[in-house]
Amino acid sequence: MKRWLVALLVLGLSALAQEALKVGVVVSATGPAASLGIPERNTFLMLQEMLDRTGGVAGRKVQFVILDDASDTTQAVRNTRRLVEEGVVAIIGTTTTPASLGMIPVVAEAKVPMISLAASKDIIHPVDAQRHWVFKTPQTEELMARAIVADMVARGVKTVAYIGFNDAYGEGWARFFEAEAKAKGLQVVASERYARTDTSVTGQVLRILARRPDAVLIGASGTPAVLPQRTLKERGYAGLIYQTHGVANPDFLRVGGKDVEGTLLPAGPILVAEQLPGTFPSKRVALDYIQRYEAKYGIGSYSTFGAHAWDAWLILKPALERALKRADPAKDLAAFRAALRDEIEATRNLVATHGVFTFSREDHLGLRFEDAAVMVRVENGRWKLERIFR
Amino acid sequence: MDATILSFLLLDGLQNGVVYGLLALSLVLVFAVTRVILVPIGELLMFAPLSLVWLLEGKLPGTLWLALALGGAWALMARGRGALLPLVGGVGLFLLFLLAKGVPPLAYLAAVLLVVYLGVATYRVFFQPMRGATVLSLLIMAVGLHVAYQGLGLVFFGPEQFRPAPLLSGEVVVGLSWQGVLVLLFAALSLMVLYLFFRFSLFGKALLAAAENRLGARLLGIRPEEAGMVAFGIASLLAAFSGLLLAPLINAAYFMGFMLGLKGFVAAILGGLASYPVAFLGALLVGFFESFTSFYASAYKEALVFLLLVPALFYQSLRARTVEE
Repeated sequence: MKRWLVALLVLGLSALAQEALKVGVVVSATGPAASLGIPERNTFLMLQEMLDRTGGVAGRKVQFVILDDASDTTQAVRNTRRLVEEGVVAIIGTTTTPASLGMIPVVAEAKVPMISLAASKDIIHPVDAQRHWVFKTPQTEELMARAIVADMVARGVKTVAYIGFNDAYGEGWARFFEAEAKAKGLQVVASERYARTDTSVTGQVLRILARRPDAVLIGASGTPAVLPQRTLKERGYAGLIYQTHGVANPDFLRVGGKDVEGTLLPAGPILVAEQLPGTFPSKRVALDYIQRYEAKYGIGSYSTFGAHAWDAWLILKPALERALKRADPAKDLAAFRAALRDEIEATRNLVATHGVFTFSREDHLGLRFEDAAVMVRVENGRWKLERIFR
Repeated sequence: MDATILSFLLLDGLQNGVVYGLLALSLVLVFAVTRVILVPIGELLMFAPLSLVWLLEGKLPGTLWLALALGGAWALMARGRGALLPLVGGVGLFLLFLLAKGVPPLAYLAAVLLVVYLGVATYRVFFQPMRGATVLSLLIMAVGLHVAYQGLGLVFFGPEQFRPAPLLSGEVVVGLSWQGVLVLLFAALSLMVLYLFFRFSLFGKALLAAAENRLGARLLGIRPEEAGMVAFGIASLLAAFSGLLLAPLINAAYFMGFMLGLKGFVAAILGGLASYPVAFLGALLVGFFESFTSFYASAYKEALVFLLLVPALFYQSLRARTVEE
């Protein structure tokens, strides 16, 4: 009789102690994209601590399985396969566009929802049979190009020149920026390229100067974006200089020094969260993220890139709660993954750090331009809010 | 294309060209003496300014531990009296680094000596044991070292660029900064010193002899190992100085050395990996060519610069006598 009771008790307890929900994460914690991948990884480590403290989602434990792809596409694809085999319910990542594109066929074949942390529109557009499974949180070049051109028009710019990386980043920017500029009646008078490893851009800059543009856009990311700007300054260019949101990191200010003073760039609103007006929708969420991140990693340590990872979780968490009502991952993982994908797509008016997400069947980015982009100016080595589009 | 633009492009080409030229000279020298194509010379060039930045911030750079580790391996391989040089050098280097933290003049010296020590140790540990190997094996080793040093550079210095303050700020004339003048002066001085060294000093003549005919040099009592160490030492010294002088103009980062080295290599090939003056002129040609292509067709610049190799190799293959490997 006693033994009976014990057996019953054990059975009952084991039914309560359910399997943890596994969420796969791929980030570029090493390699050239490390300056973006590290804050993303840190954000998930911080989330893991918080979830362990508060008991997870809908009474279930959540476990992030975090893998590094070393900024390499092949490694990202391998990681994705491994995560699928581990039985994760969704995959968040990865940091870079080429590697994210490589992951798409894998998650589509395995029918696992994925939320990318990379920039390019090609990751989620057009929503076809494969991209049916793919969402992303960062703003696209297209959205940011809109912000730049709107700012140029407002400042009375008529002619513009472009100089950018001779890789996917620079080409993507050239495509979207030049199309948007022409659509808004600006004249693109020069379109130059340079390499990340270049030590001189004198030739390109002279060609730009010879055309006398009112403004120049530099389509580059990180510290290599400083070189064209310094060369323009040295050659006495007096017009407006724009950069992309790829330079929104402290290293750019450190290397650029007084050469990048006055730079205009589009950015996710979180870059200047404390300067946003109180009515700005994402302000509270952004400040909350910054405060949590800095409490763990130090004052001034947060970056806009880590916030994209936070947004991915803000989207996934309520979707998980809703999907758990529809299917049980322990009984039928495939059905749960499909339900989770549908619930992510059903996200409406979700306020996050970079904007407000509303997905639909055709739109897997879900950001509204007005809420997701602001213009920022470099002033005394700091980011200063210059213009909002609301 | 007017006179102003032309003069800017020429100045720009000259400034880049002399740096490729110094690298080309180093590559030709190292190849002549040891038959190694020193692919990692770009990394050695970048290690100097990056280590300097770390020192000026009061930190010990990771390159110091790399150099000391290789120095230790060198001492173990040399054994006996030969171990004295790496041990004394390593201890001296370490002490110098402790002294040089945050002290600008000493930091410059420390950065140069670090790269020279690292260069010589690289030869002693990796290339000397494979002395008898084919040019291809030596090249494979060199490429492996380039990949390893570049990866270590990322570990030591992170993914972003750094910019040490220029030694001299401001511009002489529009388009030529004082720092650029320093680069040109250093190149001219190096050319002169190298010429005098090979022409008039016994050691320089011995190096040339070792390069010309290894067996003959040995019969006359010139040790090829020593010649190899000196060649690597000179190459590292030129790379370190070039790196320190260039960094304020171009920003230094772990990934930037390879392209500089590669363009130096293109110039060295134009000189047939044999002639110093032709290699240097070839480097100036590469510099001017790059400058003008970046003006006319910036998207295709890299491709066009490396296309220069094709006629050079074609010409070399026409006039080459078959050499028995």
